[in-house]
Amino acid sequence: MSLYILKRLASMIPLIFGITLISFLIIHLAPGGPVEVEAQMSLKASAQARENLKRLYGLDKPLHVQYREWLKRFVKLDFGTSFVDGKKVTDKIRERIPVTLKINILSLFLIIIIAIPLGVLSAVKQYSLFDKLTTLFVFLGFSTPAFWLALIMMFLFGVSLGLLPISGIQSIDVAGMTFFERVMDQARHLILPVLLSAFGGIAGFSRYSRSSMLEVVRQDYIRTARAKGLKESEVIITHALRNALMPIVTILGLAVPGLIGGSVIFESIFAIPGIGQLGWMSTMSRDYPTIMGILVISAILTLIGNLIADISYAFVDPRIRVKE
Amino acid sequence: MIRIVWRRFRENPLSVTGLIIILILATVALFAPLIAPYGPATINVYNVLSPPDSAHPFGTDDLGRDVLSRVIWGSRISLSVGFIAIGIAITIGTVIGAVAGFYGGIVDAVLMRFVDIMLSIPTFFLMLAAIAVLEPSINIIMIVIGLTGWMDVARLVRAEFLTLKERDFVLAARAIGANDSRIIFRHIIPNALSPVFVAATFGIAGAILTESAFSFLGLGVQPPQASWGNILTSGKDYITVAWWLSLFPGFAILITVLSYNLVGEGLRDSLDPRLWQNEK
Repeated sequence: MSLYILKRLASMIPLIFGITLISFLIIHLAPGGPVEVEAQMSLKASAQARENLKRLYGLDKPLHVQYREWLKRFVKLDFGTSFVDGKKVTDKIRERIPVTLKINILSLFLIIIIAIPLGVLSAVKQYSLFDKLTTLFVFLGFSTPAFWLALIMMFLFGVSLGLLPISGIQSIDVAGMTFFERVMDQARHLILPVLLSAFGGIAGFSRYSRSSMLEVVRQDYIRTARAKGLKESEVIITHALRNALMPIVTILGLAVPGLIGGSVIFESIFAIPGIGQLGWMSTMSRDYPTIMGILVISAILTLIGNLIADISYAFVDPRIRVKE
Repeated sequence: MIRIVWRRFRENPLSVTGLIIILILATVALFAPLIAPYGPATINVYNVLSPPDSAHPFGTDDLGRDVLSRVIWGSRISLSVGFIAIGIAITIGTVIGAVAGFYGGIVDAVLMRFVDIMLSIPTFFLMLAAIAVLEPSINIIMIVIGLTGWMDVARLVRAEFLTLKERDFVLAARAIGANDSRIIFRHIIPNALSPVFVAATFGIAGAILTESAFSFLGLGVQPPQASWGNILTSGKDYITVAWWLSLFPGFAILITVLSYNLVGEGLRDSLDPRLWQNEK
C-alpha cells in the first residue's frame, strides 16, 4: 500500500511541472508581455508598480531564467503582492480559502447523500416511473444554468418570501448573538449557496451511480448471490452496492475542479468572501499576481483531491494495490 | 448507415423534440433582424423596467430596451459561440487523440500526460486567468472555451484509434502504399467520428452554459451586444424589482441546452452499432 502511495506521489511530479509551465505561458500570453498589459489596463499600475512587476516576473531576463525564477517562486508559493491593495497574494488567498472549503465540503456531502441513493435506486428499478423521473431530473440538472437558478432562488426565497438572506455569510449583528443563534444565522446564509452548488453535482453523480450499478447487477457474482437464495435486499446492499460504489470514489475526486470553479459563480452572486469571489474580482480588476496565485493554488488543491480519491480507491479495492 | 441512424433516432420522441427546437432556434437566430420586434439596442428612457405586456411580451430592461428582442438577438451570440468554441475543441482534440493513438509509444505518453495536466487545472480558473490577460470579448471567450475543452475528445479519439489501427482495412491501406497522414485522415478518422459527433453535441450545450456564465460575470460578451448571459447580469442588479429580466433569458438558455443534451443522448443511442440488432 505504501509503495502504491509512493508511486502515486511520483506520478504527480510531471503534473506539477506541467502546471508551472502552463501558468508561465499564460503570463506571457499578453501581447507585449504582462507589464505592458498592466500599464495599459490598470490605473493602479504606476511606474513604481511596473517596476515591481518587472522584478516579480524577472521580465528583463532571458526566458529560461524567467522560468527558473517562476519555478522557485512556485515552490515557495510566493506570488508577489496584489495590485489592488498591496497585500501579499498568499495571505489574501489564505484568508479566503476556509469559507470556500466549507461550502464545497458541505455540498460534496450533500451530493453523496442524495445522488448515490438516487442513482442506485433508479438502477435497481430500471425503466420504472422512479427511474424515468430521475432521468428527467438529471437532464434538467445538466441543462440548467446554475447562476440563473441562483437568481430565481434569490428572488423566491430572498425577495418574494423574505425567508433567507441573499448575500454574505453572516448578519451584521452577529457579534451580539449566542452560539446557537450564530450557527442558525450561518446556516441561513449558507443554505442557498450550498444547495445550488450541489445541484449540478447531484445530477451528474446520480447518473454515474446509476450506470455503475447497472454494470454491477449484470455480473456473474450477482447471479450467484441470487442463485444461492439470498434476499433481494441482501443481494443489492451487501453484494452489488459495495462494488458499484468503488469507481464513484475516483469520480468524486475528479469533481473537485468543477466544484471549485463553480464557487466563482456562487460566491460572486451571493457576495461570499471566498476564493471564487476573489478570482472574479481579480479578473475584473486585472490583478495579475492574485489571479496567477489562485490558478496555481486551485490546481494544487485539485491534485490533492485526486490523490485522496485514488488512495481511497486503492484502499477499498484490493485489486489496485496488488497489481502495483 | 445514415438511414439506420435516423430510423433509430426517430424512435426517441424526446430527442426528436430537441432536434425540432434546435432547428427553430437556428431559424430564429438566422432571421433575428426580421423576427425581433425592436432593435436589440433601441433605448427608450420613457419605458424602463416595465413588466411584460402586449407591446413588450418579455418586458423592458433598465434602459427601456425590449427584452424579447434582446433574447432573440442573443440567440445568435450563444449559438455561434457554442459552435465555434466546440469546432476549435473538436479539431484540437481529434488531432491530438489521433496522433497519440496512431503512433503510440513515447508520443502517446507525452500527449496523454499533457491531457492529464490540462485536466488537473480547474478549467474555470484557467479561463479566468486567460481572460484577465487578454481582455474579455466574444472572440476571446470562444477561443478560451475551445482551448480548454478538447481533452475529452482527445481521449475518445485516442481510444477509437487504438482499436481501429489494428483492423484489416488499415493494413490494406498500408499495403497499397498509403502514407501515415492519408491513413489517419482518410481511413481511420471517418470511422472514429461517431463518438466525436456525440461529444460535440453535448459540448455545444456545455459551451453555451459556460459562455452565459462568463458573460453573466461580465467576462464574456460585452454590452451593449446582447447575450443571454449579460442580460441576466442586469437581471441580478434589478432582482428585487424586475423578475422578467432574469426569468426569460435564463429560460432560453435552459431550453437550448436541454435540446442539445437530448439530441446528444438520442445520437449516442442511435450511433452505437451494438444497439442496432436485427436492423440492416
